[in-house]
Amino acid sequence: MRKLLWILVALTGAFAVGGIALHRGESINAMWIVVAAVCVYAVGYRFYSAWVLAKVLSADPGRATPALRLNNGRDFMPTHRWIVFGHHFAAIAGPGPLIGPTLAAQFGYLPGTLWILIGAVLGGCVQDMTILFLSTRRDGRSLGQMARDELGPVGGLAAIVGTLTIMIILIAVLGLVVVNAMKHSPWATATVFATIPIAVLVGLYLRNIRPGRVLEGSLLGVALLLFAVVGGGWVDHHPTLRALFDLDGTGIAAFVIGYGFIAAVLPVWLLLAPRDYLSTFLKLGTILLLAIAVVLMRPEIKMPAVTQFIDGTGPIFGGALFPFVFITIACGAISGFHALVSSGTTPKLIGSETDARLIGYGSMMLESCVAIMAMIAATLLEPGVYFAINSGPGVVGATADAAVATISSWGFPVTAEQMHALATEMGEATLFARTGGAPSLAVGMASIFSNAFGQGLLALWYHFAIMFEAVFILTTLDAGTRVGRFMLQDALSHVWRPFGQTSWYPSVLIASALIVAGWGYFLYIGVVDPNGGINILWPLFGIANQLLAGIALCVATGILVKHGKLRYAWVTALPLAWIAIVCTAATWQKVVSTDVRVGFLAAAEALAEKLASGGLTPEQAAVAPQLIFNQRLDAALALMLTAILWIVIADMLRVSWRVVKGLPVPPSSEAPAVALAEVRT
Amino acid sequence: MKQRLLELWNLLRTLASDDAYERYVDHCSQAHSRDALLTRQEFYKRQQETKWSGISRCC
Repeated sequence: MRKLLWILVALTGAFAVGGIALHRGESINAMWIVVAAVCVYAVGYRFYSAWVLAKVLSADPGRATPALRLNNGRDFMPTHRWIVFGHHFAAIAGPGPLIGPTLAAQFGYLPGTLWILIGAVLGGCVQDMTILFLSTRRDGRSLGQMARDELGPVGGLAAIVGTLTIMIILIAVLGLVVVNAMKHSPWATATVFATIPIAVLVGLYLRNIRPGRVLEGSLLGVALLLFAVVGGGWVDHHPTLRALFDLDGTGIAAFVIGYGFIAAVLPVWLLLAPRDYLSTFLKLGTILLLAIAVVLMRPEIKMPAVTQFIDGTGPIFGGALFPFVFITIACGAISGFHALVSSGTTPKLIGSETDARLIGYGSMMLESCVAIMAMIAATLLEPGVYFAINSGPGVVGATADAAVATISSWGFPVTAEQMHALATEMGEATLFARTGGAPSLAVGMASIFSNAFGQGLLALWYHFAIMFEAVFILTTLDAGTRVGRFMLQDALSHVWRPFGQTSWYPSVLIASALIVAGWGYFLYIGVVDPNGGINILWPLFGIANQLLAGIALCVATGILVKHGKLRYAWVTALPLAWIAIVCTAATWQKVVSTDVRVGFLAAAEALAEKLASGGLTPEQAAVAPQLIFNQRLDAALALMLTAILWIVIADMLRVSWRVVKGLPVPPSSEAPAVALAEVRT
Repeated sequence: MKQRLLELWNLLRTLASDDAYERYVDHCSQAHSRDALLTRQEFYKRQQETKWSGISRCC
């Protein structure tokens, strides 16, 4: 009976995947994608994850986890697996899986959807579960420490450099997303500004008035946030206030940079911790609401399965389907960043080794599901509208008429009146060239929500969605700057010891300023770039994220080989090989391509020529030298990241070869096995 | 029914780490001597500092 049920699930899944892959018509219902996704996840979880856990990792339910052995009632504490699942999912789910699929929708709904499903089931979920398991076996050690212990100092150093780089690029690109959603939008700006005093208020409540009463404080905060969305509308209708909050891109970028610095040096309880509680509640609530709304409304997907832009001429980012769909969608398919979270607090809470399946594999499946919903929200928009919102003025033209003419000429009809009416409905002056994915996602979410839960209130839903994205992007920005600061302080302590004291104020200020300057630079360049900046920063972020995944998979593969599991090493080696191919191909194209929309160096050359021949307006000429320098810097950065990946792969292969030949290798850093019964007594 | 709601409430509290202090006090009364017990406020502050000293949020 059971077998029959699973055969049915597998057949339904195969039928739905076949349906979305072969469908070529006007439109297709989103339920096809939902059913395909649910069946693929179910089969992957039921069979593949169980097999990997039992055969490849040899999880032993009778072996005491560090939470049991080192239980201190605080960070090490055995916790119920569904509770840990909740914490872990809240930790890994960020804005990434919402933005990547929105951008990759320029290729059509099919390539991104397939990559999200296959990448998650065979790559991302396996990586998360494996790293979580391996870290649990090593008392919750971090990815960097495991790389150093198991492979050697080269792997360890690579992990640290990779983490710091990805942190800086990630914060810059997320900051850019917020800036693009807020520029010249008094409503969004006022609402996002209001979230800061609200968080501080909740912080004071949680520390001084009712210490640690998280639910009360969050309830209060979420109510205030919803009020702030409505209040933003009032500001928008008030002529004087409206002008006050109507800021341009560079103004908002300056605000985000200043905010990031202050947030990173303030004590965590005042701003970061309370806002994180709010953003977590909003995130879980909104994702649940979106899932319910998609099922209730069953929207039609209007984007074609595959667009002509798979040849690399896409307006949102340049580059062909291979390798760029795999770079653009990192989070949701495979995200190296998760390996850092999986080797952080989660392994210290796991009560049984076998829980790694639900917590590691299961959380990533849910994250992948979020990416699928973002893909649905992006592709249910009229394609013309989608391209008008997401294309930079440098690609489609600076005026509304020029933009609609360009986009309509691609076969995606859209009119200036239609865009104007949509902007008015959403309570915005314009939706043209709001690159970065957040606004188009907000339009998609607003239309799903208002259709499923009653018409009208579109403008409120739109600004709710913007606020929701901004709140947790700002949380990632704070938390990332802080982690970057700790890592930098640790590195600087090797130069001068006092720098290592994490609470010594001069060191805190200098290290924070350096980190903020790092991402602030990329953010500023992104804002002044007439092509929107996202088209440069997002691929770089994707490469960095895949590099981290590559390091994590190298560590996992190396450990499997060392533990005599050579014949199962393909489980992590296969995704590693794919990541290495994708990363190398993408870097190669970003560096040597002669297409100015793809190659960093070609773009720098083209701009330098224009500057020299006087073909630029005075404003363009003023920022051109910075843009030229930045493109060259980006090329160097991409090369460095891929070089690091290959160094770690070589190191892993060296260790594996020595294992096979019986030569000495660094000893396993696994904590000695302790039986469950010994801890319980 | 009332029992069910109470269970749900407790689950929600644990998920939000609303009951972290109670669980800490429980643990201390079982395992350690009581003299080093932190106050609610001290515990909250230390809990937040530990949580945010590592990578606990992602992209």
